[in-house]
Amino acid sequence: MTDTWEPRPVPEVNPETEAFWRAASDGEFLLSACDDCGLVFHYPRSLCPDCFSEDVDWQQAAGTGTIYSYSVSESVSGWPEDGLPLVIAYVELDEGPRVMTNVQDVDPDDVEVGLAVEARFVPTEEENVAVPVFVPAE
Amino acid sequence: MSDDVYIVGAYEHPTREAPDKSTMQLHAEVSKGALADAGLSKDDVDGYLTAGMPEYEHGFAPLIMADYMGLDLSYADSTDYGGSSYVSHVGHATSAIRDGKCDVALVTLAGRPRSRSQSTGTGVRKLRTFQDSFERIYGATNVPTYAMAARRHMHEFGTTSEQLAEIRVAASHHAQYNEHALYRDPVTVEDVVNSRMIADPLHLLDCCVITDGGGAFVAVSEDVYEELDRDGVRVMGHGETPSHHDAGRIDLTRTGAEQSGQRAFAEAGVTPDDVDYASIYDSFTITVLEAIEDLGFCEKGEGGEFVEGGTLRAPDGALPFNTDGGGLSSNHPSNRGGMTKVLEAVRQLRGEANPEVQVDADVALVHGTGGDIGTRHGAATTVLGRVDR
Ligand SMILES: [Zn+2]
Repeated sequence: MTDTWEPRPVPEVNPETEAFWRAASDGEFLLSACDDCGLVFHYPRSLCPDCFSEDVDWQQAAGTGTIYSYSVSESVSGWPEDGLPLVIAYVELDEGPRVMTNVQDVDPDDVEVGLAVEARFVPTEEENVAVPVFVPAE
Repeated sequence: MSDDVYIVGAYEHPTREAPDKSTMQLHAEVSKGALADAGLSKDDVDGYLTAGMPEYEHGFAPLIMADYMGLDLSYADSTDYGGSSYVSHVGHATSAIRDGKCDVALVTLAGRPRSRSQSTGTGVRKLRTFQDSFERIYGATNVPTYAMAARRHMHEFGTTSEQLAEIRVAASHHAQYNEHALYRDPVTVEDVVNSRMIADPLHLLDCCVITDGGGAFVAVSEDVYEELDRDGVRVMGHGETPSHHDAGRIDLTRTGAEQSGQRAFAEAGVTPDDVDYASIYDSFTITVLEAIEDLGFCEKGEGGEFVEGGTLRAPDGALPFNTDGGGLSSNHPSNRGGMTKVLEAVRQLRGEANPEVQVDADVALVHGTGGDIGTRHGAATTVLGRVDR
């Protein structure tokens, strides 16, 4: 169980991503949505990576999805002991994009491709930055 | 005058651990070796290509090394896709020579991750790129991300750990004949699947070695080639592409080899059936399996079955691969395996591979997968042909 993200590497915030991390600290997973071509994408960018439109808005994701793939590591150099074994996964959000994450609060043996999961947000030392992770859906 | 370009000098540093040498020194030693092999001198070099100096986290490699070696250049290239860079450099050197920008292009790789005790592949390095804040913060280093590709391939196509293990088994079979290989003992499928799990489902023996060292080759114009005595190999075709997360649509079972391979085969005017020997980048066993499918040696999803039964073993398998033992068993200098892939293909086409694994090869394929198939990678494919003087 992780109470805060430290001492894990903490995301670096920039003007393009500040709103994403702030929303996470409020318990929301934001996707980017292109007003011109309709692409919904992750990670955040101010220009649409399909049509290069600058009319890109934030869209709140449901925060639910399924595991697209995953890997369990018993040891990760530089990773805090209490965070092991570490489950790294791509979760395919209900809105489409596959996002890298950790799956937590689960026995690694119970993790499988297709497992339904939902987002949780782990605080960091920065007030306006939290890290999205996923846990098995209730 | 023909447009043909030849690789005529090739040299792999025999060291696998070099605590008493500098990285620059290794670059220079392999340069000297490759030029001597070609019958050329340093003063003949007018093009230079190299990628990155991870040791210094510095992108000015061609400047650093041109200064160190005292090169007088009219062309330089530092394209950096990670380990596949040196395969892409074959194509870039060929284009530069055809354009008349240079006549003698030297390509080098060197590094010392073994001596520097880098925790390669599983260490959480500091955040460097924009994407790291969305990936590396989760502990997503190379082994777990390649492992996710393996997991997805298993899920979609029923590929097994035993099938992936066949790739290491073939590499280790070849390495026993390479006196410089880091690991020379042949391993079995059981050895691989019973080795320590690094990132499920990839075991220790699914992963490449960590070595110091390097290598170099020299590409020359037809005019220069005709003045030399040494046999060379002809560059028949080349293709490359950066492949990436694609806004969230990443497919972990497919790589840029689909595009780079098609382009290389089309330019060379050959098909996978014409390939007698293949050097295929082997950072992990799954890297080889996906490349074999994407290059068209078998259908997507059938790679597991394809590699069973010794297909990859020289000299008699249908697709002899990495006959030096590859990155899995022999050498992966600077954590970048593209250079040694080029060098073993040159040896095969010249008839200079280790005799037990020498293939009667007219056409060789070299494929590099640099970076990370779990996030973004550079795919580069080159087709090389035997030349008889
Ligand atoms: Zn768009």
